[in-house]
Amino acid sequence: MNIMEENEMENPKDMKYTKEHEWIKVENDIGTVGITDFAQDALTDVVFVELPKIGKKVERFKTAATIESVKSVSDIFAPVSGEIAEVNQQLAEHPEFVNKEPYDNGWIFKIKITDKNELDNLMSSEEYEKIAKGE
Amino acid sequence: MDYIPNTEAEKKEMLQEVGVNDTLDLFKDIDEKLILKEPLKISNRLSEIDVRKKIEAIAQKNKLMKNFLGAGCYNHFIPSVVNHIISRSEFYTAYTPYQPEISQGALQSIFEFQTYICKLTGMDVANASMYDGSTALAEAAFMAHSITGKNKIIIPKTIHPEYRKVVETYCSMHNIDCVEINYNNGTVDIENLKNEIDDNTAAVLVQNPNFFGCIEDIDEIEKFAREKKALLVACVVEAVSLGVLEPGNADIVVGDIQSFGIPLSFGGPASGFMAVKKEHMRKMPGRLVGQTADTDGKKGFILTLQTREQHIRREKATSNICTNSALMALAATVYLSMLGKQLKNLANLNLQKSHYAYEKIKHLDGFEPAFSSLFFNEFVIKCNDSEKSISKMQENNIVPGLDLGKYYPELKNHLLICVTEMHSKGDIDTLVELMKE
Amino acid sequence: MKLIFEKSSAGRKAVELPKLDVPEKTDLIPTNMLRNELSLPELSEIDVMRHYTESSKKNFGVDNGFYPLGSCTMKYNPKINEDISRLPGFTSIHPLAPESLNQGALQLMYNLEKDLCEITGMSRFTLQPAAGSHGELVGVMIIKKYFELKNENRTKILIPDSAHGTNPASAALCEFETIQIKSNDGGCVDLEDLRKHMDKDVAGLMLTNPNTLGLSDKNILEIAKILHDNGSLFYCDGANANAVVGVVKIADMGFDIVHLNLHKTFSAPHGIGGPGSGPVGVVKHLDDFLPVPLIDKNKDNYCLNYNLKNSIGQVRAFYGNFSVLVKAYTYVKSLGREGLPEVAKNAVLNANYLMSKLKKHFDLPYDTVCKHEFVLSDKGMPNHITTIDIAKRLLDYGYHAPTIYFPLIVHGSIMIEPTETESKQTMDEFADVMVKIRKEASENPELLRNAPSTTPVKRLDTVLAARKPVLKYEE
Repeated sequence: MNIMEENEMENPKDMKYTKEHEWIKVENDIGTVGITDFAQDALTDVVFVELPKIGKKVERFKTAATIESVKSVSDIFAPVSGEIAEVNQQLAEHPEFVNKEPYDNGWIFKIKITDKNELDNLMSSEEYEKIAKGE
Repeated sequence: MDYIPNTEAEKKEMLQEVGVNDTLDLFKDIDEKLILKEPLKISNRLSEIDVRKKIEAIAQKNKLMKNFLGAGCYNHFIPSVVNHIISRSEFYTAYTPYQPEISQGALQSIFEFQTYICKLTGMDVANASMYDGSTALAEAAFMAHSITGKNKIIIPKTIHPEYRKVVETYCSMHNIDCVEINYNNGTVDIENLKNEIDDNTAAVLVQNPNFFGCIEDIDEIEKFAREKKALLVACVVEAVSLGVLEPGNADIVVGDIQSFGIPLSFGGPASGFMAVKKEHMRKMPGRLVGQTADTDGKKGFILTLQTREQHIRREKATSNICTNSALMALAATVYLSMLGKQLKNLANLNLQKSHYAYEKIKHLDGFEPAFSSLFFNEFVIKCNDSEKSISKMQENNIVPGLDLGKYYPELKNHLLICVTEMHSKGDIDTLVELMKE
Repeated sequence: MKLIFEKSSAGRKAVELPKLDVPEKTDLIPTNMLRNELSLPELSEIDVMRHYTESSKKNFGVDNGFYPLGSCTMKYNPKINEDISRLPGFTSIHPLAPESLNQGALQLMYNLEKDLCEITGMSRFTLQPAAGSHGELVGVMIIKKYFELKNENRTKILIPDSAHGTNPASAALCEFETIQIKSNDGGCVDLEDLRKHMDKDVAGLMLTNPNTLGLSDKNILEIAKILHDNGSLFYCDGANANAVVGVVKIADMGFDIVHLNLHKTFSAPHGIGGPGSGPVGVVKHLDDFLPVPLIDKNKDNYCLNYNLKNSIGQVRAFYGNFSVLVKAYTYVKSLGREGLPEVAKNAVLNANYLMSKLKKHFDLPYDTVCKHEFVLSDKGMPNHITTIDIAKRLLDYGYHAPTIYFPLIVHGSIMIEPTETESKQTMDEFADVMVKIRKEASENPELLRNAPSTTPVKRLDTVLAARKPVLKYEE
């Protein structure tokens, strides 16, 4: 789905982005969430992802999960409000998917979205690119 | 003696490099009125000869007796090897192994300690040590609260009173409710437990053998904990008991390994331990040593899962512990390597001797057992006047036990007597003779 | 190197236990309660001795070489401390024996407390805490109880962004909200940011002074005033006391509570990670908040006092890490009133000397007089060489690396604390090696990137250790 270049990955255009470096891909009322290539690069090797429980209610821009590298812990914020519908269990054995395939097998959780209007507050891939380049 | 190598001439050269005339010029960034103008009102500098004389005189004021005291601090045999190893300055003058390439000795030894604790407790993961058993128990209470999200801890009065005070102090700072339950015939009152445990209980704490030396029915207690989805935290204060007893099917096992190669030392330092089931690993406080490989593929050890700890998680950490009791954990590791399977025989010596003492004492006039429960190497004897007994024995250089009135008003004139492998039959017979009088 | 378990051989014995001299009884514990198996190794004494001797040779202590670990005060650990702490009169006493039998121990603790009070200017000290962070927790507990008794619901603790992680962790353990205070361009507390955050919710400020950059805060008295005017308490993280002991009293700086690290400032050894000791001192009006028991003197009799009106309770079983207290006491008696100020003065001179030599070759973010330690950074290093490469290369030269990547406010920080027990000669040699490494970074960076190469193991895979944790040996 994404062609991995030597150093950079393109931010997929069919996704929306947050300023905290999460992406969300929406199909009907389910949004799949992960972190961007920029974020995984800054984190360096991911060693553990603390996944939320299925059914947990999440609020927009509040912590839904945490992700750990050897030397740091980062919060992953829910891009929109809703309920956790599914989590990526593969990450228990393969946390490195977040680094290697951040937009593909490195997805983290799926939200059943309560208010699709909240998506309008998120960034397009072009807008996100500007932010990522700026940092 | 101040251990400062530089001579006045060298200091002058250094001051020149820095560009000031006097060392005190380097303190000019501190408000002048804060700089002390008078010497401190403490004693004068002393030579090594005089320091030794002075402090040896203080040590002499401590009277060494034959004592039958346990109560959380046990007099056990320490193989000579232990002190030789922990006196090696490559170990004791080293810091926490943050540069693992030059600290493989410390890291491997701690890995061995973690392994020993898992073997003895039946748990999946053990950490590199805690300050002592009491703080390990308090941290276990915090962990249970964090894991279950519940606010109540059940803490029987059969747990060491000082351990209970510590758990209560810690919990009072964190809005966790400690509910004490009573004892019956020296062990946890099951009826009381049944009445107090509810859906808001995060954990049931139980010490085994308990403070009275009695052996608890852990499986029975576990049933009630499981019913209410509370965690079971087992606490082992007399580590030698692990030679014959297992902590049961607990979720968290904590305790103290002072009995494994650490002298009494007036109660400290000791060394706490904590071991947990695999699923609780990431919520465990303290340092963890893990196995890994270096760039050549060679096996090595390193501090790992540090994202649990305060230097990374900061205010989100579940504990603030850094320095623990690693050198004492090394002592325990050496001790266990020396005892090996003979720990079982050692435990048996304790068991046999304490029961011999018990049998002899219970037939004396004016003395009777307080409880009929099974016990390990400590037991409680009711007497007419324990204060009198204690002071009489002192004249014969013996301390017969601990008067429980100190901790339990209802147990005044009850003595907690501990017998270990360090007491010969002769010692016990002498104690009994003196009690007869 | 094999683990001890791998050296086990069935039937070996290392210990000769005494024969049972009382009649043996069976079934004292029913079989269903007995342990099933005890899978401990079987070794002989020579196996154990050789194993741990070999292990010790793969370790590095202050006695092996220069250990400039910033913030840890790795000073020389006097051997007389070790000898005296091992006197039978100190090792063989039981904490629950009658007090009349332990007068020596109580006297030593009482005297040590008095000396620590004199050194810091505080009114009383508890010797109970087992480590610095344990002491911090006690300090925060005291703050919490103080405001509870005043019926003031103060929920916030202010902490500078340069602080050690234990500060916010300790505050959080007592359910305080931690608010970060910015450091100014000089690396010290930004007074404006501090004033901005002051309100009736602020219980206190936790400050390390000198701070984690080794800098003394010029505004310390002003900071104390801002806090006290607001009714807040002022806590001192005394980890850096080596810079001021005998020259300045911590209480004079306006602090209300302080913890000390006896295993740093007072020469007790670090022991691969403890045991330490973290006594906590307070000003007079906070005396009775301290944990029980305190040691009091009644004419010639020393006793344990459990009657403190507002005590926070107890933070560990018994009274403290006694043998660590003995070592610290021995040190204080050895140095005396003449020696203690020399500790701070020489610690500060040594640090400034080394800083002066190294700043010509490395980036020094705060180019000003330091106290007992200073911070360099990896800014401007060629060939993408970073702090970790420099640290690992130092291991090849037989040094322990300085503290790296702390404090967080300096990118790639290298915190160097020589301590007063190092000679000019040692520091000159170290400076020469640092300069050599700087040169290698330009001319032969692979030497740094592949470092260490002469140590028992090379760089270890931290990612593997965290992704697939193996935390014990399994047969």
